Amino acid sequence: MAEDLLIRGATMAGGGSADIVISDGLIASIGGPAAAGPAGARVIDAGGLVALPGLVDLHTHLREPGREDAETVQTGTAAAALGGFTAVHAMANTEPVADTAGVVEQVWRLGRAAGHCDVQPVGAVSVGLAGKQLAELGAMADSAARVRVFSDDGRCVADPLLMRRALEYVKAFNGVIAQHAQDPRLTEGAQLNEGEMSGRLGLAGWPAVAEEAVIARDCLLAAHVGSALHVCHVSTAGSVDIIRWAKSKGWPVTAEVTPHHLLLTDELAAGYDPVFKVNPPLRTAADVAELRRALADGTIDCVATDHAPHPVEAKETEWAEAAWGMTGLETALRVVQHAMVDTGLLDWAGVADRMSVRPARIGRLDGHGALLAPGGPANITLYDPAGPAEAVSAVGASKSRNSPFAGMELPGRVVATFLRGTPTVLDGKLTQP
Amino acid sequence: MCAAADSSARHGLEVLDAEEIRRALTRIAHEILERTHGGENAVLLGIQTRGVPLARRLAALIAEFEGTDIGCGALDVTMHRDDLRLRPARALAKTELPAGDVDGKIVVLVDDVLYSGRTVRAALDALADLGRPRSVQLAVLVDRGHRELPIRADYVGKNLPTSQREMVRVLLTEVDGTDSVQISEAGE
Amino acid sequence: MKHLISAGDISRDEALLILDTAEELASVADRPIKKLPTLRGRTVVNLFYEDSTRTRISFEAAAKRLSADVINFSAKGSSVAKGESLKDTALTLEAMGADAVVIRHSASGSPHRLAGWVHGSVINAGDGTHEHPTQALLDAFTIRRRLRPGRGLDGIRVTIAGDVLHGRVARSNVLLLSTLGAEVTLVAPPTLFPLAVGSWPCSVSYDLDAELPKSDVVMMLRVQQERMNAAYFPSVREYSRRYGLDTARMARLPEHAIVMHPGPMNRGVEIAADVADSPRSTIVEQVANGVTVRMAVLYLLLGGANEGESNG
Repeated sequence: MAEDLLIRGATMAGGGSADIVISDGLIASIGGPAAAGPAGARVIDAGGLVALPGLVDLHTHLREPGREDAETVQTGTAAAALGGFTAVHAMANTEPVADTAGVVEQVWRLGRAAGHCDVQPVGAVSVGLAGKQLAELGAMADSAARVRVFSDDGRCVADPLLMRRALEYVKAFNGVIAQHAQDPRLTEGAQLNEGEMSGRLGLAGWPAVAEEAVIARDCLLAAHVGSALHVCHVSTAGSVDIIRWAKSKGWPVTAEVTPHHLLLTDELAAGYDPVFKVNPPLRTAADVAELRRALADGTIDCVATDHAPHPVEAKETEWAEAAWGMTGLETALRVVQHAMVDTGLLDWAGVADRMSVRPARIGRLDGHGALLAPGGPANITLYDPAGPAEAVSAVGASKSRNSPFAGMELPGRVVATFLRGTPTVLDGKLTQP
Repeated sequence: MCAAADSSARHGLEVLDAEEIRRALTRIAHEILERTHGGENAVLLGIQTRGVPLARRLAALIAEFEGTDIGCGALDVTMHRDDLRLRPARALAKTELPAGDVDGKIVVLVDDVLYSGRTVRAALDALADLGRPRSVQLAVLVDRGHRELPIRADYVGKNLPTSQREMVRVLLTEVDGTDSVQISEAGE
Repeated sequence: MKHLISAGDISRDEALLILDTAEELASVADRPIKKLPTLRGRTVVNLFYEDSTRTRISFEAAAKRLSADVINFSAKGSSVAKGESLKDTALTLEAMGADAVVIRHSASGSPHRLAGWVHGSVINAGDGTHEHPTQALLDAFTIRRRLRPGRGLDGIRVTIAGDVLHGRVARSNVLLLSTLGAEVTLVAPPTLFPLAVGSWPCSVSYDLDAELPKSDVVMMLRVQQERMNAAYFPSVREYSRRYGLDTARMARLPEHAIVMHPGPMNRGVEIAADVADSPRSTIVEQVANGVTVRMAVLYLLLGGANEGESNG
């Protein structure tokens, strides 16, 4: 049983300061200062800290089963809790692929056993991510894992017919297809955003149109069959335009952006350090600016980390040989503060919306993503935006160290995370190993 | 010895002025003619940098005195130096052998200052890679002592006892705009 | 200068120093003793992941003429072929005391990575589709000797024709030649240009015939026939017809103009056999110049104190 808690003097996302009383895993009350807590409640001084609904990540790679050398559910969810997350969606590109009820239930159970945050498995769209045959989406939806988000992320569902069928099929259980938009033929052998840098560095280009063309097609398909499409890791200004257009038509399209695409550009590839190699690739400053604007105005619904851990030897090599991906759970909120809040583009209420409310809604995730209110589950993140900016350490709770922000000064720190009233992180440290 | 009076001779004490340099070179030219039996089979090779104009002046004097067209060239010894690792890699200067080559010839190396002898040692090594002279002689404008190798000059313009704290500077019109040999304390 | 990885890192003064040094070293090839003692005791490792006998031999000859010890490490039949990582290979070379590593690799950026793992100098002998700086240096040396002895290349008009998109020789030449003052024009079908070539210090043209009469130098680059399979051009025949240097096109060059090719050539594709063998062609002397230029590079990188070590 979680102990009773009194969080004193937190700054609420909507403004104003309050004491939050937690009892039996629920928010008992949110009141002005001097409200008394239950007898025996542990007091947590939250003066100067922003209280956010527990963050929800729509896009994480926990690597288990199969790639435990890079990350496990245990270490990945620990990293998530330290980043202020109370729920993460675990992508299906594991080994074996999460394309059956058996594998998604295994991942779900591992999450419950670890206890750092809730793990909501994502089911594959196609068997083995091969893009040829639909996986048993219904079985996964009916399993204990209650899968609602389906994605072949890592790969694109390129076959338009298969994508259509998948969109149609999940209507039966209120599912959503999350597409990794990348035309395979236009990106054969691609290494870096196609542009001035790729030409200079002699690296094969990954053109923006390879992402935009697939998004356009999928928006049209989603509208045609009346089903929900979610666009993973939007990375280009052109993609934003297409999503904005689709939304203006009232089509059921949602989209996410990663923290790294809100801050970093392809110029970082100049030294050929593969820590900056990611799919979709880092783009230009103009793309970064447009993605920030789109997140601010809600065209992009949420931030999703696409946390992609890799072992050292997969990144300490020639660029062309290196694995794709960056870690991101532990730094996400700090990057969003730096790129969006400190630049005046988004306030803390907006952060709550983009990093908790909307991701939970898109993920059809019960029990998360509710603005803090009495009677709701006590999934709370306490964050300190003030204090000196500190250099990001590559070493954290994640097993892997491939963070592009290592050495960079970022503001803020997550002070505490509560999962249904149980602290998973206190004073910036895990409460259980 | 004249005190330094003209504009370019700013540092230290002048120990040879233009006139004295001319007389020294004249004497050396005569000596070379004597000891190479007229210079027919001889070749002057100036060691870069200031040995080169000196060699040319000697060749001109020899031509003036006896009408002999003595071969005259330049030798860059950078690649054979023994102190390369002490400084970043240096730019190379020209090596130009007079027509024909050095095989069987009397080669007279010409340099401005003879000091430790290492430059001449490098020149001998460089010469060995270029051919097989019949013999090698050495002409220097100034010998300042402090040899670190068993090397001696056959023709000397002026013997100049110095301490190792001192710097000897040779200025030549072709390179520096004036003719002068100066001594100064290191760092002046 | 500690490494030679990109022609873009070389300033105009540094480029002229390398060319002047090479000019002085050129005469070594004509001497009875083709050796200088300058790099005695230094070890140069040739780390060649790609088959390239010609470039490797050129570096080997250059190093040996300077009395350096040469160790050849080629990909076939070595631990490299068994999958040893570049990093582990680098650490092995470190342990062997390599003063310089000459690396040719199929992945762009390999020399950059290597430079982070070894203490010696890294010389890029061709990395993927990125750069081949010593090739550009020997090309510049060849142009200078033929057209502008002792000076920079200011105002010389160079046309480079071939696969620019995948061309490391093209990239290095554009950078180096423009640093030396030449005006460079690249010619290729539109599919063989990188998208952002407009930001490069050169002009771009799709029409070889238009460029020939105004060129002092025409450099033909090899086009791989496999590119046809990825739809870069419809057929070798069409490529050759539109972009190949045949005798008719050669006749339209100004009288003094020279024809260059880094080799190996596809005779009959980008260059006709008669053109390759004509007196305008510098292809053979480019090979000799390659040794000379590489001697200059090795001397300037290794012949003096290591960076941070000078006692002078």
